[in-house]
Amino acid sequence: MAMLHTVNKSPFERNSLHSCLSKSKEGSTILLIEDAVVGALKGTIVADKLTAAIANKNVCVLASDLNTRGFTGADIIDGIKTVDYAGFVDLVAEHSNVQSWL
Amino acid sequence: MKFTLLINEGPYQHQASDTAYQFAKAALAKGHEIYRVFFYNDGVNNATRLAVPPQDDRNITENWAALAKEHELDMVVCIAAAQRRGMLDADEAGRQGKDADNIHPAFRISGLGQLVEGGIQADRLLTFGD
Amino acid sequence: MSESIKKFMFVNTKAPYGTVYALESLEVVLISAAFDQSVSLVFCDDGVFQIANNQNTEASGMKNFSPAYKALGDYDINKIYVETESLEERGLTLDNIMALTYEDEDDDWAEKPSIIPATRAELADLMDEQDVVISS
Repeated sequence: MAMLHTVNKSPFERNSLHSCLSKSKEGSTILLIEDAVVGALKGTIVADKLTAAIANKNVCVLASDLNTRGFTGADIIDGIKTVDYAGFVDLVAEHSNVQSWL
Repeated sequence: MKFTLLINEGPYQHQASDTAYQFAKAALAKGHEIYRVFFYNDGVNNATRLAVPPQDDRNITENWAALAKEHELDMVVCIAAAQRRGMLDADEAGRQGKDADNIHPAFRISGLGQLVEGGIQADRLLTFGD
Repeated sequence: MSESIKKFMFVNTKAPYGTVYALESLEVVLISAAFDQSVSLVFCDDGVFQIANNQNTEASGMKNFSPAYKALGDYDINKIYVETESLEERGLTLDNIMALTYEDEDDDWAEKPSIIPATRAELADLMDEQDVVISS
């Protein structure tokens, strides 16, 4: 089973998304929560990096945190999935372990 | 499946405790077990019984307390982190010669070993922090 | 019946002193040694500064907790991975970090290095093998 990584910082302010991308394996899942959800938006300076990650990793964003900040699934990069809290729980259960990139 | 949750940030200052609370509610709704919720770093401040948030805002400590009551959650505050930050239960206040205590009765104070044991006993340990 | 041993990895990503995370993470690590689990540490990103040599807190008034890292070997915690890319990005080499050691009971208590330089790719593999990963 692959690993689940959560990231909760905006990539425009902090390094944790980059750190996570560089230390996560192919087939793992990266879930963006809290302020990290803005990293999933289209047209940003990190969009190319995330688009590249989608090629061999599963990238998800917590929909409620996206909505809280004024965005929806329509605003995010194609190929990034939205999940609700029940989906977050499922991701944790389905992966072998979880690392929170703080 | 059994989860242990580690919460490392205080209430309101950071979303970590809210995220953990929503995760816990969703996990319990799906029939999972929360083996333990462990509060560390500034996360110990979630256990204060003296907070008075504005009425139109959520009450994070009371939300945790209500969830704990409904599901018999084991909510543990790290004693070393709590003592540093002036978080004491009545026993500890007596032992330390302090004139007040502030831990909500839904939480219990214990050592860091409870976190490690939570990691051993649960199927997954999740950290919510900054 | 004894329970199976779990692999715990503590990942340290933040610089010390500016925030309390490094100190309080070390406190968890020291406690974890009492549980007979497999414990390893990672220092990456700004976490490499936690084990920098010559920390001197005299004038800042902060508590210098860096000597406690030297005790890790006595607690049988001797897998301490340091990310090579993080050192390079910060202009550091292994000479800038504490030479942490342990005494190998299977080798007549010979003193051996606990510090293991590891690349990002190697760390990704190691993290993937863990049961519990606690980052701060």
